[in-house]
Amino acid sequence: MALGVSAAGISSVLDAAVPQSARAAAAGRGASGVLKLLYWQAPTILNPHLAQGTKDFHASHVVCESLMSVDAAGKFTPVLAANVPSRENGQVAADGKSVIYKLKRGVRWADGRPFTSDDVVFTYQFIANKQTGATTYGSYVNVAKVEPVDPSTVKITFNAPTPAWYLPFVGTLGMILPRHALDAYIGSNSRNAPFNLKSFGTGPYMVDSFRPGDLVVYKMNPYYRDPNKPAFSEVQLKGGGDATSAARAVFETGEYDYAWNLQVEWPVLQHMMGEGKGQLAVGPSNGVEQIYCNMTDPNKTIDGQRSSAKAPHPFLSDVKVRQALALAVDTETMAKQLYGLEGDATPNVLTIPTSLASKNTKIVFDIAKANQLLDEAGWQKGPDGIRQKGGVKMQMTYQTSVNSLRQKEQEIVKAGWQQLGAATTLKSVDAGVFFSSSPGNDDTYAHFYTDVEMFQSTYSSPFPAQYMGRFYSGDPAKDLAQKENDWSGLNIPRWVDKQYNTWYDQSQVELDPKKNAGLWIQMNDRVVGQGVSIPLIDRRIVSSRANNLEVGPNMSPFDDETWNIADWTRKG
Amino acid sequence: MTGYIGRRLLSSIPTLILISMVVFGILALAPGDPLGQFAANPDIPPEVRMNIRHQLGLDQPVPVRYVKWATAFLHGDWGYSFASRVPADRLILQRLPTDLWVIGSSYLVAVALAIPIGVLSAVKQYSLLDQVATTFAFIGFSLPTFFTGVLFIIIFSVRLHWLPFIYNAQLTDPVAMLKQAVMPVGVLALFNSAALMRFVRSSMLDNVGQDYVRTARAKGLAHRKVIMRHVLRNGLIPVVTLLALGVPAIFIGAIVTEQIFRVPGIGSLLISSIQNSDTPVVMAITFVYAILVVLFNIMADVLYGLLDPRIRYG
Repeated sequence: MALGVSAAGISSVLDAAVPQSARAAAAGRGASGVLKLLYWQAPTILNPHLAQGTKDFHASHVVCESLMSVDAAGKFTPVLAANVPSRENGQVAADGKSVIYKLKRGVRWADGRPFTSDDVVFTYQFIANKQTGATTYGSYVNVAKVEPVDPSTVKITFNAPTPAWYLPFVGTLGMILPRHALDAYIGSNSRNAPFNLKSFGTGPYMVDSFRPGDLVVYKMNPYYRDPNKPAFSEVQLKGGGDATSAARAVFETGEYDYAWNLQVEWPVLQHMMGEGKGQLAVGPSNGVEQIYCNMTDPNKTIDGQRSSAKAPHPFLSDVKVRQALALAVDTETMAKQLYGLEGDATPNVLTIPTSLASKNTKIVFDIAKANQLLDEAGWQKGPDGIRQKGGVKMQMTYQTSVNSLRQKEQEIVKAGWQQLGAATTLKSVDAGVFFSSSPGNDDTYAHFYTDVEMFQSTYSSPFPAQYMGRFYSGDPAKDLAQKENDWSGLNIPRWVDKQYNTWYDQSQVELDPKKNAGLWIQMNDRVVGQGVSIPLIDRRIVSSRANNLEVGPNMSPFDDETWNIADWTRKG
Repeated sequence: MTGYIGRRLLSSIPTLILISMVVFGILALAPGDPLGQFAANPDIPPEVRMNIRHQLGLDQPVPVRYVKWATAFLHGDWGYSFASRVPADRLILQRLPTDLWVIGSSYLVAVALAIPIGVLSAVKQYSLLDQVATTFAFIGFSLPTFFTGVLFIIIFSVRLHWLPFIYNAQLTDPVAMLKQAVMPVGVLALFNSAALMRFVRSSMLDNVGQDYVRTARAKGLAHRKVIMRHVLRNGLIPVVTLLALGVPAIFIGAIVTEQIFRVPGIGSLLISSIQNSDTPVVMAITFVYAILVVLFNIMADVLYGLLDPRIRYG
């Protein structure tokens, strides 16, 4: 509560000095009334660096801002930064070891205090302290130090030269925190800060009241830098319920202006849109739904674990088998029937940023060719119609999370594989279990105790190092998911490939953007060509907005849908 | 009587301890992880995940965690929510008014409907009114609330645009507050009153044929007086027990209905906490529920004694 007291005290001192934005309230500020957002997951914490899920990031981004935002193409938009650093303007060091940000001048926190480079420094200190338990830590591991050059200039120095100078302080994971509100809460005390429930930032709104797991009410930030923004005098973010009825509240009853992430089957969504009250807000892409092939044997137990790196898979370790399986998946049909505008069939595992999407691959669905590949590899159909070789039958278990869309996808894949003479048993695991990281549960995606499994990885940074780390094995003991590391290794298919590792290592240090992009594309082509992962659908994030709500380019896979909420307006 | 209540209270302590152990054990064994949302996001490195687990105390063995929880609970500390770091009791108190208002009024409506209709259909057994009431009662408790809820939404919100279907607990306008409560209260009242009405009816019928009723009539009392003063008073004794046992549900909310209408009650808090493996909140809610059930059980027994002079506790 100390926070509330000091904030009030300060604003009264500064009132005389800086009511500029408040005075200019005439034009558009607050003229559009109340904006109502509906999320089927409810925010529980409003500190963006302690966020527990997407909903917390989105709810925090209404009040906090990053230095820059980045869109699906990898293009930057300065937010708190005055300009985009680049090699040409000298702000990105030629040796890849540092970057300098110039900050917008005259920006104030919602309590009236000035925003300076010191706040950026603080944000780094907050995240970097391991005791804080910041969930955004991953983007800051390569940062050696963040130091103020002057109050509106800040310099970030990296441990090792990196092409990814834009990882820290950009997009979802880069929101800047006020030092004066959180200075006392660095480290293990972080979760007790009053700020977490009543956050404020440099953004257009500040938290007015918050009921965790239910409703956030925001009011305007009186010190927001643009006197004509924001357009709405109040924002309400309501959480809970389910995606289908969230869509209904925008499309059919018009109770809400915006509903986030409508994971609803396409025909259902299409039907609701017929009411004509709202429109879709479609993101360019959000990661690929794919089938990972297990390179290890899920049915053999070695050293107390199945799917051990020491036991190669009886048939999935054969590249021709994997390629055949990939050829027999009808992704076009899957996209058309199940996804509509919500996703496209893709031949790539890496699709965002769009500049890294490979053009060397294409979608092929060819049962005959797949059968031919299996014949060549020596897999003969037995009397029961199932292929076998040397006493091994081509029987697979195929797992994913419980989700009606995913179960339908499984059916389509299974039908294709049946035509090859591969028998598939379908398995679905509750999402809460499947995606959990508990070492004691055999059904998690990381244990991968089945032959193939399907899920979609989203990632929040345009530098896909962590995402493509799924296939990297530079240090097998650390990188491959296994009992010894509590299945925390990123490489879930347990694929070991020298060529891939070489390219991956190069991509971490190659400073030439063109060459760097080329490496990622080669890696994608290798993964797909080797059939380690079978890409299915490039899924888009689909939200909905009322017809009279303008939201601008708010959909980016690397930023939150609320990042530009200052620009949202109501027409008419 | 005081002695009786004291003994009952004492004997409920081991029950409550056992309940707390079982619930804690089940929660500890249940799969899931407070950080589940992050698992598929490779941007969160494993060391960060481990760090947070350590901060939340999840890396300690289950018995240690139980003892810590129990000691804290006895000191009035119900623990913090893993998700929001808000004390569990504050989360519950924040949602209690909504539950008292929505679930409480649905309960009142149910009682107000069930008793008169139940009495009437018992008095006029097999009449048209009885047939209609019985039919509605069967429809009422054979239709699950998740069905009637969605049906109501489609009729009153989507087609007719009369009522909002997303509940906002921070509204202050009384008309808007009433409007948003109509559907959840209606759904729950329909469900509860159906069962209650049948219970009132059969309890009345049990009494109508009794000797004391014949005596009352023989005394020359009017039909109305016989029913209201004699049959109803005796007939309501078992109903009171049933009502008392239903009161804890008012405090704990209606899980399904709250989910459908996004009513931010304790039921929806329980569901989202279970989904997020937010153990302290789940523990607090289930344990409070257990305490309430035990207490109201005792209260029902005591009430029974007060209402029915034939029953005496020594």
